[in-house]
Amino acid sequence: MDTREKDIENLKDYKYGFTTDIENIRAPKGLNVDVIKFISNIKKEPKWMLDFRLKAFERFKLLREPDWQKPKYPKIDYQDLYYYSAPKSMKDKPKSLDELDPKLIETYNKLGIPLQEQARLNGIAVDAVFDSVSVATTFKGELTKHGIIFCSMSEAIQRHPDLVKKYLGTVIPTTDHFFATLNSAVFTDGSFVYIPEGVKCPMELSTYFRINASETGQFERTLIIADKGSYVSYLEGCTAPMRDENQLHAANVELIALDDAEIKYSTVQNWYPGDENGKGGIYNFVTKRGLCKGKNSKISWTQVETGSAITWKYPSCILRGDNSIGEFYSIAITNNHQKADTGTKMIHLGKNTKSKIISKGISAGFSDMTYRGLVDINSKAKNSSNYTQCDSLLMGNKCGAHTVPYIKNKNFDSNIAHEATTSKISEEQLHYCQQRGLNPEEAVGLIVNGFCKEVLQQLPMEFAVEAQKLVSISLEGSVG
Amino acid sequence: MKEQLKIDFEKIQKVSSFSNKDVETKKFYLDKFIKNGFPNRKLENWKFLDLEQIINKNINELSFYNDYSTTNKIDTSIFIGGLEHNKIIFINGRIEKIDFNYEDKNQIEIFDDFKIDYKFDNNNSLIDLNNAFSNKYFKILIKKGYTIKKPLIIYHLTNEKMKSKNINLRLDFELEQNSSLKLIDFFSDVSDTNFMNILYNFDLKKESILKNYKIDKSFNKNIKYSYNNINQEKNSISETFIFSASSDYFKNEINCNLKGEYSSAFVNGIFSLKDDKQHEIRTSINHLVENTKSFQLIKSVLGKNSKAVYQGRIYVDSIAQKTDGYQLSKAILLDETSEFNAKPELEIYADDVKCSHGSASGSLNENSIFYLMSRGLNYKESKELLINGFLLDVVEKITDAEIRNLIKNMIGLTE
Repeated sequence: MDTREKDIENLKDYKYGFTTDIENIRAPKGLNVDVIKFISNIKKEPKWMLDFRLKAFERFKLLREPDWQKPKYPKIDYQDLYYYSAPKSMKDKPKSLDELDPKLIETYNKLGIPLQEQARLNGIAVDAVFDSVSVATTFKGELTKHGIIFCSMSEAIQRHPDLVKKYLGTVIPTTDHFFATLNSAVFTDGSFVYIPEGVKCPMELSTYFRINASETGQFERTLIIADKGSYVSYLEGCTAPMRDENQLHAANVELIALDDAEIKYSTVQNWYPGDENGKGGIYNFVTKRGLCKGKNSKISWTQVETGSAITWKYPSCILRGDNSIGEFYSIAITNNHQKADTGTKMIHLGKNTKSKIISKGISAGFSDMTYRGLVDINSKAKNSSNYTQCDSLLMGNKCGAHTVPYIKNKNFDSNIAHEATTSKISEEQLHYCQQRGLNPEEAVGLIVNGFCKEVLQQLPMEFAVEAQKLVSISLEGSVG
Repeated sequence: MKEQLKIDFEKIQKVSSFSNKDVETKKFYLDKFIKNGFPNRKLENWKFLDLEQIINKNINELSFYNDYSTTNKIDTSIFIGGLEHNKIIFINGRIEKIDFNYEDKNQIEIFDDFKIDYKFDNNNSLIDLNNAFSNKYFKILIKKGYTIKKPLIIYHLTNEKMKSKNINLRLDFELEQNSSLKLIDFFSDVSDTNFMNILYNFDLKKESILKNYKIDKSFNKNIKYSYNNINQEKNSISETFIFSASSDYFKNEINCNLKGEYSSAFVNGIFSLKDDKQHEIRTSINHLVENTKSFQLIKSVLGKNSKAVYQGRIYVDSIAQKTDGYQLSKAILLDETSEFNAKPELEIYADDVKCSHGSASGSLNENSIFYLMSRGLNYKESKELLINGFLLDVVEKITDAEIRNLIKNMIGLTE
């Protein structure tokens, strides 16, 4: 076995599949007003926040779970979940990294996010969310100098209530769809970012999410505000332990870009996908939406989706400001019994708005992958344009690849172009690579990386390396 | 509407001579239709154009009863000249004449009393409506090895007598091995605000060829729905061309099952709309075995207040390796009030396939207009020339030269 093979052997099994024994505080099982009050109370939230939650819960009771998606799943009993779970030692929040529970730090080291090191060496500020609570935020001092606020959502509610009050729920209101509304009612923590006017954030901001406790739903809420003329690049990574039962992850992410601001949001999602028989794994039902509120603003989503039993999400851009730009770059890989129904929505409301969608889907094993996207050019969005390209690659005849684009053009000044192809890796390409000494798996890895290149290029350096590795690992065993 | 349906249904049973068994089947479909009603936007297929809403808005008190006892006079002036053809004349919901004068009578069989096969697409309430209310079915069989000499034109006619009526038509065609049929559907209406519901079922045996051209070009205020179900065996070819322009609302659905190897399906369509017209083409091409091929090309030119929808679906079964599927839709929006919606869908379960789709929509290219104007054409002429070229592309796909020229002249395209 050469070293590369050994590497792969090590990585083949889900390397993040460990659990950490940490005492948890949990809210009572079930979903009701008392649980919501419990969450709000334990987080010492002001009354307006509790009202926000209760309003969402009232609305949630009227909603029906959607069922139009391609991957079907067994019914989730929302009363049989814990909506709050926090490591016990977090009750008295640590003031600095040194005070963190050593076990937690060990967990993060296993995950490959040594907080201290990352803080010192990489110059990436990390906010780690463990189960439901944000554990530590690194690099605070440096960011504060620039006036940047990067903290947990709970902290933001306490310390910056005006900002939270002003923007929370403006992109994903409490009256939104089923899962988003559920999140509004019970969200526990998440990251909050505010970049003040004219500031270019000097480093990448990063969050790691991890679900540790069993029977827990993770409902984090992220809010990023880029004030006039500012820029921020934000990274998000996710992992979870291996468990037999399915776990629900229903996060809400809201981005707001004011005049001339730019937000770049990158995700490498590697939740536990279940074993090769399709048992267990995370249900990743996330609502991500960005609002280009100001003129000349830009929001760009990049995602590498390799994990989760079911991925069901559509990071969207609402292009309200004139001349605003929305971008979506995605690689989604499904193997074994994984299922994905993902894509984006580009809603053009302002004049001269532009959007670009590049989506690459790869399915192998018994998996099923759907690209579903909406491009909607409103009658007022004069001179707008969209370009969409979605390509699918199939490996084996037990898997499926589907493309369901919705294209609505109500404006005669605007142009929409859409292209999609579905194909397999051709024998010639494989033969060519093998002739030059690569084994079949390496050849596939190379070709797939080439197939995904347009998207991988969009990722920040550190993530690109990780993502490239992930792409190869996810497809292990799918050749031949 | 529920009461109306029941009353009209009873009325029809009284004057018709259906067998008890038929009445029972019809009753079953009536109940099914009453339960589901007209399709609306809650259903994925009807998301863009809501038929229930359109019918409620445009037709006041839709009646499902028609008096089929009297014959209708045939206005021969509307017949298409310059082309010898066989005819089926369908006026006000009654088939008045089936005329295969140009053909060998022994090679074509017409059944008016056959066991109808109700069983396909059970989720379509309009098929239920058709099953419950259509008056008389005909099945036309083209025998083995026979190629029809002249095209068959089905005239879909209505006159002023018809108002706020529901008209249903069901025809079945069977093409035996190595036979071929050219079929033109020609719509001409003088009536207002009726709802026509047409259902064709085609069975294409080995090596048979079907060419179906649908032409909707006389302006009218009717609402139309047409459903073609095509089953294809080995080496068979189906070609469908749709010119969709003049009814207030027209939805054409093509459901094609490629069940035999080396069978192929071609669907080409033109939307040429203005003045509040709302038209839709929905295709579903199901590649069920290896080595099948499909090709779709839909082009739209949309004027004031018009709306066109194209929903195209290519389905590839897991055993259907070596499938070749292609789909392209292009639209030109001429006015700020026009709208184009598309949902080109691929659903693929086999890996060794070549499937692609493209969709583009936008306004006329100003650079091209400028180019033509700099060569002496005025703005209007330049625009017309560009549109002419844009649409000609689709008409050129028609494989029958005689019919291609006929359609070119009919819709006023020049080369």
